[in-house]
Amino acid sequence: MAFTLKINGADHAVDVDGETPLLWTLRDVLGMTGTKFGCGQALCGACTVHLDGTAVRSCQTAVQDAVGMEVTTIEGLSPDGNHPVQVAWREANVPQCGYCQGGQIMQAASLLKDTPNPTDEDIDAAMSGNICRCGTYPRIRAAIKAAATKVAGAQ
Amino acid sequence: MKYDDILGAPIANVSRRAFLTGIAAGSFILSVGLPARAAEQKYAGDGMPNGLREDPKVFIAIAEDGTVTVLCHRSEMGQGVRTSWPLVVADELEADWAKMKVAQAQGDEPKFGNQDTDGSRSMRHHFMTLRRMGAAARQMLEQAAATQWGVPVTEVEAVNHEVVHKGSDKRLGYGELAKAAADLPVPARDSLKLKDPAKFRYIGKGETPLIDGFDITTGKAMYGIDAKLDGMVFAVVARPPVLGSTVKSFDDAETLKVPGVLKTVAIDGTPEPAVFQPLGGVAVVATNTWAAMKGREALKIEWTDSPHSTYSSETYKATLEEAVRKPGGVVVRNDGDAEKALAGAAKRIEAEYYIPHLAHATMEPPAAVVQVANGKCEAWSCVQSPQATRDHLATRLGIPAENVTVNVTLLGGGFGRKSKPDYVVEAALVSKAMDGKPVKLTWTREDDITNDYFHAVSMERLEAGLDDAGKPTSWLHRSAAPTIISIFAPDPKQEADWEMAMGLIDMPFAIPNVRIENPQAEAHTRIGWFRSVYNVPHAFAVQSFAAELAAAAGRDQKEYLLELIGAPRQVDTRDMSVKWNYGEDPGVYLLDTKRLRGVVETAAEAAKWGREMPKGRALGIAAHRSFVTYVAAVVEADVSDKGVLTIPRVDIAVDCGPQINPDRIRSQMEGAVIMGISLATLGEITFKDGRTEQTNFDGFEVTRIDAAPKEIHVHIMPAGDYSLPLGGVGEPGVPPIAPALTNAIFNATGKRIRTLPIRDQLA
Repeated sequence: MAFTLKINGADHAVDVDGETPLLWTLRDVLGMTGTKFGCGQALCGACTVHLDGTAVRSCQTAVQDAVGMEVTTIEGLSPDGNHPVQVAWREANVPQCGYCQGGQIMQAASLLKDTPNPTDEDIDAAMSGNICRCGTYPRIRAAIKAAATKVAGAQ
Repeated sequence: MKYDDILGAPIANVSRRAFLTGIAAGSFILSVGLPARAAEQKYAGDGMPNGLREDPKVFIAIAEDGTVTVLCHRSEMGQGVRTSWPLVVADELEADWAKMKVAQAQGDEPKFGNQDTDGSRSMRHHFMTLRRMGAAARQMLEQAAATQWGVPVTEVEAVNHEVVHKGSDKRLGYGELAKAAADLPVPARDSLKLKDPAKFRYIGKGETPLIDGFDITTGKAMYGIDAKLDGMVFAVVARPPVLGSTVKSFDDAETLKVPGVLKTVAIDGTPEPAVFQPLGGVAVVATNTWAAMKGREALKIEWTDSPHSTYSSETYKATLEEAVRKPGGVVVRNDGDAEKALAGAAKRIEAEYYIPHLAHATMEPPAAVVQVANGKCEAWSCVQSPQATRDHLATRLGIPAENVTVNVTLLGGGFGRKSKPDYVVEAALVSKAMDGKPVKLTWTREDDITNDYFHAVSMERLEAGLDDAGKPTSWLHRSAAPTIISIFAPDPKQEADWEMAMGLIDMPFAIPNVRIENPQAEAHTRIGWFRSVYNVPHAFAVQSFAAELAAAAGRDQKEYLLELIGAPRQVDTRDMSVKWNYGEDPGVYLLDTKRLRGVVETAAEAAKWGREMPKGRALGIAAHRSFVTYVAAVVEADVSDKGVLTIPRVDIAVDCGPQINPDRIRSQMEGAVIMGISLATLGEITFKDGRTEQTNFDGFEVTRIDAAPKEIHVHIMPAGDYSLPLGGVGEPGVPPIAPALTNAIFNATGKRIRTLPIRDQLA
């Protein structure tokens, strides 16, 4: 089946089974590998992307369901890589291996869009679907708070 | 596709424009040849297979524009080596950090020296070689400038990416000098002038951003699972669920009907001991990974029976219990007469501790892209052991190792799993069967959890005799666990010397009568290194038991622990019957109880040990030396009336000797705390009928942000003298966490946890 996906502002034509997860369409068909495979069951959050600005697990999103929506991946979160969350992540040296961090950043950006000044409980609720096996959680928490402050300061 | 295209590393530019370099293909190497196979015992980097290489013309490139590229031959898996290595070179080279880059070495140990990224030794073994290479390159640049100006080299000095003439305002940038410097011989080691550590700009400062930070936060970083080649096809493999099973027959009729599926490929298994060779099975090749997974679901496979098909964790636990409850194991340490002292003790305490199998569960599952064509093999993968990968590919493909190229990507976690490159060999076999098409082979999470090289299940039994004052006079420890040697040798039943040197035989307490035994245990699944390895069960047992003795003696955990450690002394671990000291010279790396005491006191003080706590909340402490580094942790545990555990705060003190990149020491300790909490509270792989009962993160749970401590405070013990030996950093933070937590739970509730994971034991 042929579909047209709007990803990071650009249209992409793909020819896959409509049930194919967005994750594998991005990675294997379009070669956009910033979105990571971690579990295939929406248990780890490594594959998090935005659909119309909201964080979803791309491993559980059929490609046919993403048609007509704005797909944003970590590659397109900001034009220059300087989204406040990305900047805060770098300033706190959050990543260790870095593999889950694209998904963490996409989830955190979605959290801050809805909740500009999150409490610890807000962070727990929004981020506990995203596993980091290296254990960067304390820095993720700190970076989200720093990003919130940056956004607030910019407004 | 070339290496530089796939990794985004600046190799193409380097090869055209850099002079002080061996990074370019076909470059010359000054120090060819393996280190002499001397009869004497070798230690540290010299004791590793293929030893150490130290040649700035191999590892450092300076381009005409002044860009300095350091070739990193260790794998980056989150420990920060790709930042910390250039950082050391930059300091001795007097380089501007903004002009430093890193490139990743291919697997080639004859050229680069040992590349196994394990054992917490990348910085420990290479700090001095990196310093000397940086200093040598700096002196070559200085000599080149002096020659050009016709002045004595004593009149010139390298300062921040330039060489300046002290007597005039002449100055030349490193880029301008690179070609002339490259033509000079590398200065002899005894002529090198290393920097005064007081003048370090980067080393020990901890202010360096991650070199891959931008790529990681923008999705550009390339892991093994991300490698891309033109014309690539995608594969997954159906592997035997029970170790030792092979494919008896399979029916792929339904598989081949799945849209996108191209072919199935039978992969022969490898008889035990398989080392790092594949389990075998049936690969499904498709136009994308999803189609391959759907095709695999449609496969009908009949597996042969296996002697391991009755493996059950429940039964095996009973077998281990039986083993540790009777004498007769190999006696691996025997000081004084522990049995006699036990018989005469005023009080006898005994306890058993159990830790189940654990899965590594790296967030990036094993994955590789490999092309086998025209008698050659080229791989791109996330491997901790690039040379072993190369050798295993060569062996399995029946081609010389020179025809195998292994490109190392970033690793999305390693923790020991990716030391075993079975997945790369699988991809190679599929590529060969696909007539040389490049193949990306991905392990799903189910594959990863069910067919891991698991952390060993273990049972530890301890017995101690106390005198009237509550002081131990005897210590009897029996430790039983399947050995990692089981993947290398047929049916071994004893733990290896090096496994037992991880916190078992080297038990540091000042007790006159000590007997340590290793009863037999069989392996029924693949056993492999897991971050900090056998230190996990040994530290859990020893440090839990120390607290149990404190309780029996009616004493404070921390004070009692310090008394057990005893007066400051430096112990040659050979005197404790230890046969392996993390590969280090036991005469240099002494077991220093003063340092162990130091981390205990530091962590306790920082956590305000002894402070008042609300009901259900308490501190617990544990300390452990591993990878020649000393770590103590104080965990604050809160157990609600309903048995819900929260961990508000952890203080962890580490004495790893001189510090190179303190930010990455902190991050490794933070991560070790989380991993320790994860294995203590949730981590468990169980077997039934030879198969794991867990398949994904719903069954094999790991700690998430909501259960992580809100505060982790890392305390790095100062060690200003950079001539002291370095300790490891990646692993030693893990072992003390579980016992510090269960010791805290005991202090909070009176309940002693002896079986991990904790799960609902507090309910």
